[in-house]
Amino acid sequence: MSFSSLVLLFVGSALINNFILSRFLGICAFLGVSKRLETALGMGAAVTFVMTISGAVSWAIQRYILVPFHLPFLQYVVFILVIATLVQFLEMVIRRYSPSLYEAFGIYLPLITTNCAILGVALLVAGSDYGLLETLVFSVGSAVGWTLAIVLMAGLREELEFADVPLSLQGPALSLLIAAIMSLTFMGFSGLVPAS
Amino acid sequence: MSAVSTGREPSKLRTLGTDFLRGVWTESSPFRLMIAFCPALAVTTAVVNGLAMGAAVIFVLVGTNVMVSAIRKIVPREVRIPVYTIIIATFVTIADLVLAATVPQVHKVLGLFVPLIVVNCIILGRAEAWASHVPVDRALADGFGYGIGYTISLVMIGIVRELLGSGSLLGHPVMPPGFVTWRVMLQPPGAFLTMGAIVGLFNLGSRLAKERAARRLERARGSGAGVTAATTGTGAGASTAGLSLSN
Repeated sequence: MSFSSLVLLFVGSALINNFILSRFLGICAFLGVSKRLETALGMGAAVTFVMTISGAVSWAIQRYILVPFHLPFLQYVVFILVIATLVQFLEMVIRRYSPSLYEAFGIYLPLITTNCAILGVALLVAGSDYGLLETLVFSVGSAVGWTLAIVLMAGLREELEFADVPLSLQGPALSLLIAAIMSLTFMGFSGLVPAS
Repeated sequence: MSAVSTGREPSKLRTLGTDFLRGVWTESSPFRLMIAFCPALAVTTAVVNGLAMGAAVIFVLVGTNVMVSAIRKIVPREVRIPVYTIIIATFVTIADLVLAATVPQVHKVLGLFVPLIVVNCIILGRAEAWASHVPVDRALADGFGYGIGYTISLVMIGIVRELLGSGSLLGHPVMPPGFVTWRVMLQPPGAFLTMGAIVGLFNLGSRLAKERAARRLERARGSGAGVTAATTGTGAGASTAGLSLSN
């Protein structure tokens, strides 16, 4: 578990196996919250927070409770409850300290619970043989990659507000086509790390 | 067996039929109701995978709807979301284990996305918005409708991607021998491209239908007849049952 292997893990989870553009996790929020740059950044920060903590907690629960007590079938129930609790907590904190951000998020804040990316991280670390540090690096890396994709999309969509988009392609259709090109671009990263 | 109490009383079968068709067409995911994209993009590399995912979603959706509806009178409002979540997670666990036992190759391809049915917005959405307010039979019809609608969408995407990406359908080679497969269709960019194109086509269809209905309304107004508009469009690509009834 050298430093360089951790860096590779980070780069791998952020760029090469980007959660949105490569693993298809967290697309609904990606399409829904990527209209403005500040909202996208805020959502990225919120998701990073939830993903990191729920990733670590899920890893701990899997290793120290579910496996020793032979309860692997409770995995999905337990993980989603952990995530729901964290999101509830986050909602209370944001509402208290930044009402404007709370308004901006709207329905998308409680919807972080149903963000596939977060449950995805929990399941991925639970099914791996990572230690705690690797789990944290993987979770943060995945979240950073997710945030990167959503921020890129927000920037592009803000620019495209002045473009002449055909009527039928406006909205989600255009976002999906942009995502296709972004995904194609990110595929170029796959040569960055020797076959893992 | 409680009858649905509205002003005028449509037959029970007709009510159930409407409940069913709503999920299949007018509010189907992910094209009309823009949710549940992740599996639609991830597992549709082949039609059979889309079918398997659809079957799992139908199972979980119907099971959840029925159970939520059955216990709707005894669940306190404050804890309803965690309760529904636990119900959904339990059904997903069952589906996951059954798939792993019966079709292990398909289960391997679906991978992460079977457990991710837990956070599939359709299921929690229907439980919260519908199943918790209606009797069991209507929840059942609704569950089947949405599940089948989703499966149809998955199969649609799967057909495009498998046809162009592997030159086959359901494993059988279909394209002529000289066809060079578009490998990109099996990979993420191809998935996004297919989705974007289909959403665009749906938008085009909705727009044309709306324009046609508006023109019909103009003509009817012009001729003095009292015709009520058949459309109320909301959001991108959404249309009502009235629209689907007109040719």
